[in-house]
Amino acid sequence: MGELVRHAWLVARKDLHLEFRSRTAITSALVFTALVLVVFEHGRDPTAVATIDLAPSILWVTFSFAGMLTLNRAFNAELENQALDGLLLAPISRTSLFLGKLVANLAFVAVVQVTGLLLFTLFFNVPVWKVWAPLVSVMILATVGFIAVGTLFSAMVVRTRFAELMLPVLLLPFLLPPLIAAVEVTAKLFAGRPLSEVAGWLRLLAAYDVAFVSLATLLFPATVTE
Amino acid sequence: MTLLRRGRWITGIALLLLGGLYVRALVFTPEERLQGLAQKIYYVHVPSAWSAMLAMGMVGLASILFLLLKDARYDRFASASAEVGTAFSLVMLTTGPLWARPIWGTWWTWDARLTLTLMLFFLFIGYQVLRGAVTDPGLRARYAAVVGICGLVLLPFIHLSVYLFRTLHPMPIVLKPGRPSLPGSMLETLLLSFGVFTLLYVGFVMQRYAIGERSHDA
Repeated sequence: MGELVRHAWLVARKDLHLEFRSRTAITSALVFTALVLVVFEHGRDPTAVATIDLAPSILWVTFSFAGMLTLNRAFNAELENQALDGLLLAPISRTSLFLGKLVANLAFVAVVQVTGLLLFTLFFNVPVWKVWAPLVSVMILATVGFIAVGTLFSAMVVRTRFAELMLPVLLLPFLLPPLIAAVEVTAKLFAGRPLSEVAGWLRLLAAYDVAFVSLATLLFPATVTE
Repeated sequence: MTLLRRGRWITGIALLLLGGLYVRALVFTPEERLQGLAQKIYYVHVPSAWSAMLAMGMVGLASILFLLLKDARYDRFASASAEVGTAFSLVMLTTGPLWARPIWGTWWTWDARLTLTLMLFFLFIGYQVLRGAVTDPGLRARYAAVVGICGLVLLPFIHLSVYLFRTLHPMPIVLKPGRPSLPGSMLETLLLSFGVFTLLYVGFVMQRYAIGERSHDA
């Protein structure tokens, strides 16, 4: 167990190091997030729809698109010079490889989401600070399971044709349950309702996370074993 | 008798039974008081949804078996089932709006179950697109199995969200706690339609599987 965590951390650290040195992906992801928010602002009629009504959807659609785009990064980097083969030859289990990739992806998405939330507050004038703690919890709950499936799928699609298109096609059905739940919960939060009103949705999100994190961990070896 | 021929026979019998089912549904089953004739589409819509779900279940099951036993036949079965499932979900997605237009007054609504059965359809499509994008047969089988299993696990979440999301869709009337609230003769016709559609599924999959085997041998 300790070994597993240590190896996973090594993989995650390697990915984050790599990212921190070039900063290409994270910069593009952040700019992308900001641009999507700008596009949303101008893609609506401000006199017809109040910002607060649209806010939860804007927030979550932005997060979804940004999350989806960042997923290709994790295994794309391993394609060059057959780096993935090197990783597979390393004396670490497939499980720790997956968990490492997952942690790196989650860290990456967390940076994007936190920045996105700040920009969202700035652009849309939604009183986010009043509900920031429950909102961040929902962001975590709605992201972990989805990113787990995404990490699993991205390991496969990098080696197919049209990888950039294939990932969203496969992944979007899996996005729907967490997206619906997250939007419902966020709308309630912005409306000043207590979390107890959305306990059912939160349980659904938690169950989704548990189910898909364990499933993805279990299935990952099948995607890389030759 | 070859598998293909047996599949053809079963499909033929199932199609005959489907004709019989509709005679029963139109002539011998009482008309729903409020919906009238439009409700008759129910005996195609609901069992197609059932067959599509069954197909997804079989894709998932065959995928698990494939990953455990590494027998390529399970992969070919999963592929056949996914194709047949696509056809059934297409029937479900066409008959639904046909019924919804006169009864709900709209072809489509973003109700939870509609949305999520549409996702089931997209899941089938994604599964097959992925198969088409991988050239190596071994890799293709493993990738497809992973997506198949994930799809199967997604189904309960689909079902769960039906109860949570505000819904316009008729609530379950048969598979629910307590007694079915459908009148006896309608329930019998519905159950028969489930049987017929299951048989259709079996017939189609047998044929598709046999074709897959053939192109594999060649």
